[in-house]
Amino acid sequence: MSESLDRDRVLHIAKLARVTLHGAEVPALTEQLGKILGHVAQLQQVDTEGVEPTAQVGVERLPFRDDVVRPSVPREVALSQAPETAGGGFVVPAFIEE
Amino acid sequence: MSSLVEVADSVRRGEVSALELAEATIAKIAADQTNSFLDFDAERTRAMARAVDHKRARGEPLGPLAGVPIGIKDVLCTKDARTTCGSKILEGYRPPYDATAVARLRTADAVFTGKLNMDEFAMGSSNENSAYGPVKNPWDLTRVPGGSSGGSAAAVAAGLSLGTLGTDTGGSIRQPAALCGIVGVKPTYGRVSRYGLVAFASSLDQVGTFAADVRGAARMLEVIAGHDKHDSTSVARGVDEWVAACGKSVAGLRLGVPREYFEAGLDAEVRASIEAALELLRGLGCELVPIDMPHTQHAVATYYVVATAECSSNLARFDGVRYGLRVPSGDLESMYGETRDRGFGAEVKRRILLGTYVLSAGYYDAYYTKAQKVRTLIRRDFDRAFEKVDAIVGPTSPSVAWPLGAKVDDPLQMYLADVYTLPASLAGLPGISVPAAPSAAGLPIGLQIVTPAWTEDRLFQLAHAFEQVSPARGKRP
Repeated sequence: MSESLDRDRVLHIAKLARVTLHGAEVPALTEQLGKILGHVAQLQQVDTEGVEPTAQVGVERLPFRDDVVRPSVPREVALSQAPETAGGGFVVPAFIEE
Repeated sequence: MSSLVEVADSVRRGEVSALELAEATIAKIAADQTNSFLDFDAERTRAMARAVDHKRARGEPLGPLAGVPIGIKDVLCTKDARTTCGSKILEGYRPPYDATAVARLRTADAVFTGKLNMDEFAMGSSNENSAYGPVKNPWDLTRVPGGSSGGSAAAVAAGLSLGTLGTDTGGSIRQPAALCGIVGVKPTYGRVSRYGLVAFASSLDQVGTFAADVRGAARMLEVIAGHDKHDSTSVARGVDEWVAACGKSVAGLRLGVPREYFEAGLDAEVRASIEAALELLRGLGCELVPIDMPHTQHAVATYYVVATAECSSNLARFDGVRYGLRVPSGDLESMYGETRDRGFGAEVKRRILLGTYVLSAGYYDAYYTKAQKVRTLIRRDFDRAFEKVDAIVGPTSPSVAWPLGAKVDDPLQMYLADVYTLPASLAGLPGISVPAAPSAAGLPIGLQIVTPAWTEDRLFQLAHAFEQVSPARGKRP
């Protein structure tokens, strides 16, 4: 918890978050995130023994709906905002080595 | 210009045409100096106004927002306008559908002015995180309007729309309303559908309204509130008559004044104005009750763990595949990484990384679960207070609007200024900011009122009663 946030950890988190950081972003984020985490550390002083976590307020139970097929956004509309499409689908760069 | 409710009612009676109102608003927007608009199309606005006038000419009944020029925060999907969330990653994005709140405004015969500037993905307290430049405060163009709904607040203050939609995750409606000298209301969590709202932090996000006066904000909320089958977190409850609650006596209501809201960090002038506002409320017959909200000091830390965790998950969808920006790169992984680095601004990346960190293996319980437990303690502060009082009152923001650029290099200082709005967000409660007084320099100061869940009627009743006696009454930039 009290471990300081170093450059390697920031790069590791960035990798998990799929954000490729460049140049001066890394030292700036290391410093800023360290400061914010320093403030957040105060939570450790709060006695939460026996306290239930709150995930969501006021929504007691999510309702079920009937499992019925309904019309959806037409395929060409769903594809219309994509950077690249082909054959009725989204195109992405190769991710399986041959 | 007259108030929103009077304008809608005079359009319905045919005393003024929607097109006349639209033309007057279009002329003001064309001369705008605040950078409030991200998407403005005079022809689209005129067409909507003509449609309302034609409807009236055909003898059809008009809705409760007939002809009212209304702007929409650019985080809500609109089928006839770009929706960018103030981000480069969604530059030019055109949603295939309307958000439910937007669709309900259409049904109520509102006329849209355009899409409003905001902090990128609603993350910020100054509107300086927009990829399309900051919004300027209409009271002083060298100062921030607050955020994240900065454009929504500035547009109303500058008369560029009679009402606007905003969203509030940790104060993003109430704080800019305070800094721009208008009324902004965040309803109870679950009151308004979030279908078509681009998600930031799903356990906190809520859609709300801005207007120059309390009745205007209430009329708009009546239109957008209520259950929606497209959003399972919108609660099935009837919508009350909130405009009708305005004007009811507040005599005998007990108002809690948290000691913790008047401690170090509160600007002396804001403190004096809020104390004077409380005396005015006492003069209306309210009883002021000092209360303790002991976990207020942990609200900022709690919020910035919970909200960033949720944001890191929600913003995973922006990956350059289905919509928005794609930065071509060798393989899929590097395409994701480069797209997200280039597409997101600095604050959004900070929050995604912070959220990823607090959710990562070995840290989840220490940060995320811990913050969720402290969130429970913050909720209990309110539960205990509401056993004794009917509402909680205090400042909305610890300071007046600050100069553009003053806090951009210190994110933590910016976060700490959210301390008065965050607790009600974490507890899912309704809150409103009403103009309380002008500062010596003429800058607005806002009074915040918070009431128990599902008691917006009391929120509007109190806010309206205070508005009638506020020293800020009738003040415009």
